[in-house]
Amino acid sequence: MIFLTNLINGLSLGSVYAIIALGYTMVYGISKMLNFAHGDVIMVGAYISFCATSYLNLPAWVSVILAMIVCTALGILIEGLAYRPLRGTGSLAVLITAIGVSYFLQNAALIIWGSAPKVFTSVFSGFGSSISLFGGELTVTWEALFTLVAAIIIMIGMTLFTGRTKVGKAMRAVSEDNGAAQLMGINVNSTISMTFAIGSALAAIAGVLLCSSYPALMPTTGAMPGIKAFTAAVFGGIGSIPGAMLGGILIGVIEIFGRAYISSELSDAIVFGVLIIVLLVKPTGLLGKKITEKV
Amino acid sequence: MKMKIKNGKLSPYTKNSIISYGIVIIAFVVVTVLNSMGAVSSSLQGQLVPICAYIIMAVSLNLVVGISGELSLGHAGFMSAGAFMGIVVSGMLESSGLPDGVRLAAAVICGAILAGILGFLIGIPVLRLRGDYLAIVTLAFGEIIKNIMNIVYAGVDSNGFHLRTNPDLGLEESGRMLLNGPMGATAVQRISTFTAGFILVLITLFIVQNIMNSRQGRAIMACRDNRIAAESIGLNVMRYKLMAFTVSAALAGMGGALFGLNYSTLLPIKFNFNTSVLILVFVVLGGLGNIWGSIIAATVLTILPEALRQFADYRMLAYAIVLILVMIFTYSPKIKMFTQGLREKVFKGKNKTPEPETEGGV
Repeated sequence: MIFLTNLINGLSLGSVYAIIALGYTMVYGISKMLNFAHGDVIMVGAYISFCATSYLNLPAWVSVILAMIVCTALGILIEGLAYRPLRGTGSLAVLITAIGVSYFLQNAALIIWGSAPKVFTSVFSGFGSSISLFGGELTVTWEALFTLVAAIIIMIGMTLFTGRTKVGKAMRAVSEDNGAAQLMGINVNSTISMTFAIGSALAAIAGVLLCSSYPALMPTTGAMPGIKAFTAAVFGGIGSIPGAMLGGILIGVIEIFGRAYISSELSDAIVFGVLIIVLLVKPTGLLGKKITEKV
Repeated sequence: MKMKIKNGKLSPYTKNSIISYGIVIIAFVVVTVLNSMGAVSSSLQGQLVPICAYIIMAVSLNLVVGISGELSLGHAGFMSAGAFMGIVVSGMLESSGLPDGVRLAAAVICGAILAGILGFLIGIPVLRLRGDYLAIVTLAFGEIIKNIMNIVYAGVDSNGFHLRTNPDLGLEESGRMLLNGPMGATAVQRISTFTAGFILVLITLFIVQNIMNSRQGRAIMACRDNRIAAESIGLNVMRYKLMAFTVSAALAGMGGALFGLNYSTLLPIKFNFNTSVLILVFVVLGGLGNIWGSIIAATVLTILPEALRQFADYRMLAYAIVLILVMIFTYSPKIKMFTQGLREKVFKGKNKTPEPETEGGV
């Protein structure tokens, strides 16, 4: 039963990583940049939701929507102001700008909300604490359950969105060949903005879910999950949407199992060790496409 | 970059290395003179050794990112290995009565050797990967080194050296803890000096500039510019990349030892992903493959947060904004075109504007 509890916790943490990784991978696919500020958008989302429920006494679901709206705007703003001027200048310049944006968000949060951790009230607290199964032998928190459900809905939604809708198809076209997409009449600028908007909205959801399970909210809350989700995106093959989901869930499960069965201090080292082994066997990640180099 | 010597003029290479050495030597002389006159503020004085250490880190990372063209996000891991190795070596020699300089030299050499070995071992698997996958694996190794440093306990007593992964070392009463797991190293003797830092910066410059200007260095750059072409003329790409990576790691270990012995306490968490990124920022802002650019960027960006102190709480925010603006102004194609147009207008009729110098490929 402890095994099952760990598995459920792992799946739930993995779902959060998967939702964040989805944002990473979409942005990477479309603009070939590692958006290191993505982790900090999570933190902003969580703070917005926190403020809405604690200071404005809004219901939880309104606070989530508010967080999504603010993060969407933030994502579009960051892309337009910081990344767009550097488009087409090679990935390193944009990478450093992304790091600058990440510093900016963290320090702005530090000034606005202070460095002391805020205790985040779970958005699912209205449901009670947990559900008991098998006569009380197995307890599952509502947070874990809803995180899993949210991840599944988002996964199905994103698959349908990129496969069926016009905007989704435009995104795939731009990520495949920017120039050709433009020649076909696709507005590349607005498509890239749209990708950042969706990625940031997902980050807001991930922030709320993450802080519902792990309630300490600080300006640096997003940093480590951001790195882990980035790892997850690479693990599954960066640029691939099902890969991000698979990578995220695997990373979460490995982390929780490593912590429970091997060593709590080395759980991060175990996650990264597995990543290294996987990449050595499959250098483009689990579901990544093999790129053949042309001479 | 071209290697030709035109009509008795210096090649860009020689020019660049003269600039690098010049900056470092002049800065050292100026700071020493000012210091003897008491004109250096105490906050700047405290930053002299870290600045030297960061210069070493930036120049060594430039060897990997700029010269060899591989993005590395785990450079702080090597710094960490060097720092804690240096602290252990210096701590073990404490009772030997050797002068501080000799102990520092021994610490720096051991730090460099450990980091170099780690770099070699990590380089073998890492360099088989390409691009962003390579970057993420260096990040992973950096995090693993940090994690391992968190569970290492070391101490020394009359029975010799003890190393465990739990705090129970069984030391004698006269024994001394050197590494304390997540608490890091405490009560370290601060034996790093600005002069030692200056000498180590010169050594780093000497090694890196000579590699760049040698047959090996040209091979490394050929592998960066076009891997397939380099392979087709018989260069062993793996070997050259591994060479650059190992040398870079060893130099980082050296810088780490210098850095570690400048503080009385040092936590393993200091060498996290943020530190790796900070060093990368120095390299990119200074210009890829441009050694003196790295020196200046490392110096300015280490002093900047202190210089922005008047903004109090807003200083790191200001730092972030400065960073973003500098990146946009140096790299944005639109602004480049604008300044070029401006230059052409100003110099119209006088002479043709020279092509703007381009640095190594991004």
